[in-house]
Amino acid sequence: MKENKLSYMDSVHRDGRIWSFSIMALMLLYPIALMVLFGAVPDGKGLLMGLIATAPMYWAVAVVETFTFIPMLGAGGSYISFISGNISNLKLPCALSAMEQMGVKANSEEGEVVSTIAIAVSSIVTTVIIILGVILIVPLTPILNAPVLAPAFAQILPALFGGLGVVFISRNVKIAVAPIALMMILFVFVPALDSGMVGIMVPVGVLLTLIEARVMYKKNML
Amino acid sequence: MEFYINHPVIFLLSGILVAAVLLQSIYFLIKALRRAKALEMDTAKIKKLIISAATFTVAPAIAIVISVMTLSKDLGVALPWMRLSVVGSLSYETIAASNAVSAMGLDFGSATLNASQFVTVVIVMTVSIMVGIWLVPLVAKKMQSGMINMEKRDKKWSEIFTNAMFIGMISAFVGFVFCDVLLLTKGDFTGLIPVCVMAVSMVVMLLSGLLVKVLKWQWISDYALPISLVLGMASAIPITAWLS
Repeated sequence: MKENKLSYMDSVHRDGRIWSFSIMALMLLYPIALMVLFGAVPDGKGLLMGLIATAPMYWAVAVVETFTFIPMLGAGGSYISFISGNISNLKLPCALSAMEQMGVKANSEEGEVVSTIAIAVSSIVTTVIIILGVILIVPLTPILNAPVLAPAFAQILPALFGGLGVVFISRNVKIAVAPIALMMILFVFVPALDSGMVGIMVPVGVLLTLIEARVMYKKNML
Repeated sequence: MEFYINHPVIFLLSGILVAAVLLQSIYFLIKALRRAKALEMDTAKIKKLIISAATFTVAPAIAIVISVMTLSKDLGVALPWMRLSVVGSLSYETIAASNAVSAMGLDFGSATLNASQFVTVVIVMTVSIMVGIWLVPLVAKKMQSGMINMEKRDKKWSEIFTNAMFIGMISAFVGFVFCDVLLLTKGDFTGLIPVCVMAVSMVVMLLSGLLVKVLKWQWISDYALPISLVLGMASAIPITAWLS
């Protein structure tokens, strides 16, 4: 009965919370089960030092990514993406392309539905391919690790954002010129910005573009 | 129970988690498809969308399989399978595992882990990566309400806001493509490889648009992104051979 009173969006949030906290519980049970089954106790010093070296940076990035990606992914897409991962290099481009293909706006309910379908399909296909890869890991390893194929898999991001960039930049040229020029300059001339820093620079790019767009909008330039 | 990194029990535990992630995606897919039907969205278009999203995903997913293979040398197959199916990525998991292994005085890449060390690595990887999972349920609804209110107050700005976010993300990745071009000053041309690959992908996308407009090959627009992705990746093979 209660289901009928909930809007679609409310039910997405309710179900998303249940799924997120359930999978989080399973994730926490994973190491506990290993400890019990193998009678293993974690190395206290290694655990503490490992967490200190890793967790603060990952937590900070995750907080920024959460606030950056949710408005773009939509509700259903966010609940799936933040569990299945690979957001900026797979799920978000997939959702953007789908909304473009369907001609729907990200803020509409149709946009929410399309984004969720695209991300769910992408997540299912990814999971199934990884399962197949794990089952066939022995015969596949020499093929996929063949030196001739290595350059192709090393260049996924340029190949992905070239095509995606054409679509979105051509429709938002006025907004796009400044942030793209700035990011190019930063990545070229700041030595610390290497390929490992791109994830951290996404929120920076988003924030700068939002500020620029707001200024242009207020000055009636858009 | 005697421990080794590819123990069937670890596969079983990993399989349970991966199954949960798969079920979540299937659940939301069915829910969204039902909503699409209720909103009377074009069924044929939705089918094309599903095929397009699946096609687009294949190449990046194979890259993730390669990441599983890379990490399996140190962590076995089961743990990387789970970590890269649930939240993780190669760079995140490598750094987390490497930090944990180093903290125990071992070398990542040559260490044979015992049960205690393996569990330590698992806990560091798990705890470090979990923030997004619990934060999204706490903030998603409020953030979405904020977006809806913004749209009610100023529809034009709301559209610009969303487009600006997309452009901001794309700008970071376009910038990243140029991160090694200064190697040119040392006579090294490898920094141009990603730039050339991106250029190929852009040209393919532009040609796809042209074919749709001139020849009315509408089907190309549904597959333009996967086509530009795969051809861009394929072009990396001769381009790398040429510039290396």
